[in-house]
Amino acid sequence: MTTQTKTAENGVNVAALLGAREALGEAPEAARFKWRASSEWIKGTHSRATVDGFFGLGGEQKHRQAYQFCTDHPEVFASEDKGATPVEMVLVGLAGCLTAGIAAVAQHRNIQLKSVKATLEAGMDLQGILGIDPNVRNGFDGIKVHYEIDADASAEQIAALVAQSQKRSAVFDVIANPTDVTVTTSKA
Amino acid sequence: MKSQRVMSGQVRGPDTRRPAGSVDVVVIGAGHAGLSMSHMLSQRAIEHVVLERGEVANAWRTERWDSLRLLTPNWMTRLPGYGYRGEDPDGYMSAGEVVDFISAYATHTSAPVLTRTAVTRVVPDGDAYRVATDRGDWLCRAVVLATGACAKPIVPRLAESVPAGVEQLSAQAYRNPAQLAGGGVLVVGASATGLQLAQEIQNSGRPVTLAVGEHVRLPRVYRGRDIQWWMHASGVLDARIEEVDEPDRARRVPSPQLVGTPGRATLDLNVLRGEGVEVVGRLAGIRDGKAQFSGSLRNVCALADLKMNRLLDSIDEWAERNAPIAAVGPAERYAPTEVGASPRLSLALGKEVRTVIWATGFRPDYSWLHLPVFDRRGELKHDRGVVDAPGLYVLGLPYLRRRKSSFIHGAEDDVRELGAHLAAHLGDPSTGRARGPQTACLRSEDGRGAFALRSENRLD
Repeated sequence: MTTQTKTAENGVNVAALLGAREALGEAPEAARFKWRASSEWIKGTHSRATVDGFFGLGGEQKHRQAYQFCTDHPEVFASEDKGATPVEMVLVGLAGCLTAGIAAVAQHRNIQLKSVKATLEAGMDLQGILGIDPNVRNGFDGIKVHYEIDADASAEQIAALVAQSQKRSAVFDVIANPTDVTVTTSKA
Repeated sequence: MKSQRVMSGQVRGPDTRRPAGSVDVVVIGAGHAGLSMSHMLSQRAIEHVVLERGEVANAWRTERWDSLRLLTPNWMTRLPGYGYRGEDPDGYMSAGEVVDFISAYATHTSAPVLTRTAVTRVVPDGDAYRVATDRGDWLCRAVVLATGACAKPIVPRLAESVPAGVEQLSAQAYRNPAQLAGGGVLVVGASATGLQLAQEIQNSGRPVTLAVGEHVRLPRVYRGRDIQWWMHASGVLDARIEEVDEPDRARRVPSPQLVGTPGRATLDLNVLRGEGVEVVGRLAGIRDGKAQFSGSLRNVCALADLKMNRLLDSIDEWAERNAPIAAVGPAERYAPTEVGASPRLSLALGKEVRTVIWATGFRPDYSWLHLPVFDRRGELKHDRGVVDAPGLYVLGLPYLRRRKSSFIHGAEDDVRELGAHLAAHLGDPSTGRARGPQTACLRSEDGRGAFALRSENRLD
């Protein structure tokens, strides 16, 4: 990019992020976060999940308000479609994470963003979850993400923003790499 | 040093604790960095000894695979006061030729090296240091750690999950393909090491899967000149660590995907795919005997392509400004790294893979350094080579002071600056022991230290 004297304004507090990185590098305990959600079955395939509190910086934290999300299956699955399909929520999480990263990296690199639009598509073969073919996995057979970005930057700089965001993305990592999952039960 | 202090070593008992001598500076390691520092100290008439566990250039003799050549051309391979003297300035030295080069340098500089003298412990001793070896202790006022950045292979904990029956080998133990079982080989790591090993093992008839995380892609020759020529001439290799935004990250950057061959061939993932190597994502886990690879392959390749193109852009700009010197071939850009339609995400170890090779990097080994100079991750605390203990210095680590610090030719600037710091330390009365007749007269009790002190008289 040519010399730019104006400071980009993408609404990201980079100074705070850099400060946090410095501080948490010195205080590894404070860097350990726990993210939480709770969920309650409503009826059929319809559930309502709530996120409210989380743990981090050495103590309990709260969102500004509780957020609720309904998940359900679509009518083609003979459901009532009272919310997004859970696998679509995974795409929502990936889009939110990558886009937040793009904004932060752009701010750090002093690139003014004008618009950032993502479209996501994940392939899935239902023969997996329906147990028709044991060689087909339950989950996605791949995810395609496309970003259309308008910014004061070259095409290469925009590609670099998106690449750097993937490199530092938590949800990208959760999806692209194995994660150990423990599910326990208790009788109410 | 006072002789009592030397004698006190004897209370620990056996003959091996016998004091070998006192000297101003002990340099640990007779590789290119330790010998360069020795040369600087000799020029300043600072008495010192270089302790070497094996022979001069020991790691190059004993810890390198057979086909390894330097990643830098011969004309770049130079040490303070000593350059390449052969007839192939554009070639790349084999490990054996590096041994010859470094050994010739040791002779040329009359370096006071004690070979087959392994350091077992470095401990404080009053305001000095005691360097214990398997052949007696040395007392000194300053210690230079020149044991290298590649003393130990880094092997991830995942290695514990590799099924029994699958052989595992680090790049340090690897010599040649004949050492491996027939059948498939998983090479983990995509630096120069991983790519070179993948190529020669694939060419030996063993199908190779290469697990690729973040990496650095470079062409061997750009616009008719070695890529190292461009980085050297344009000052990229001289960049100082204090000018870098994220020094910790800069110091962790893996070695670029390069190989030194007579044909000056480029070695990258596209080349390997063309030769039949299967390229997969970073090794992310091993479960039920299956290796699991990250879905991030496309992105790490995109990052490397973007980064390479930024470097080539900056080279082109530099060439423009420095024409006609640099005006050689036309600007070039290379095909993006191809990863295929759907890179493999898992691989059964045992059936498809008989051997796993860890080309996952190296680290220094300071396990014998008994001083409070390590951070909570166990890494040596230092400021550009000045370790967090008076009179203690380290050399040869990646980006120690400059991008070239871990290169052979990078030693010169670092030892000049750190040598000056060390001389000031020795000369500073506040360290409690100004240079003077008392220390200058000290001699080793078994004669070996006298060898060390002769170096003051050597000529350049």
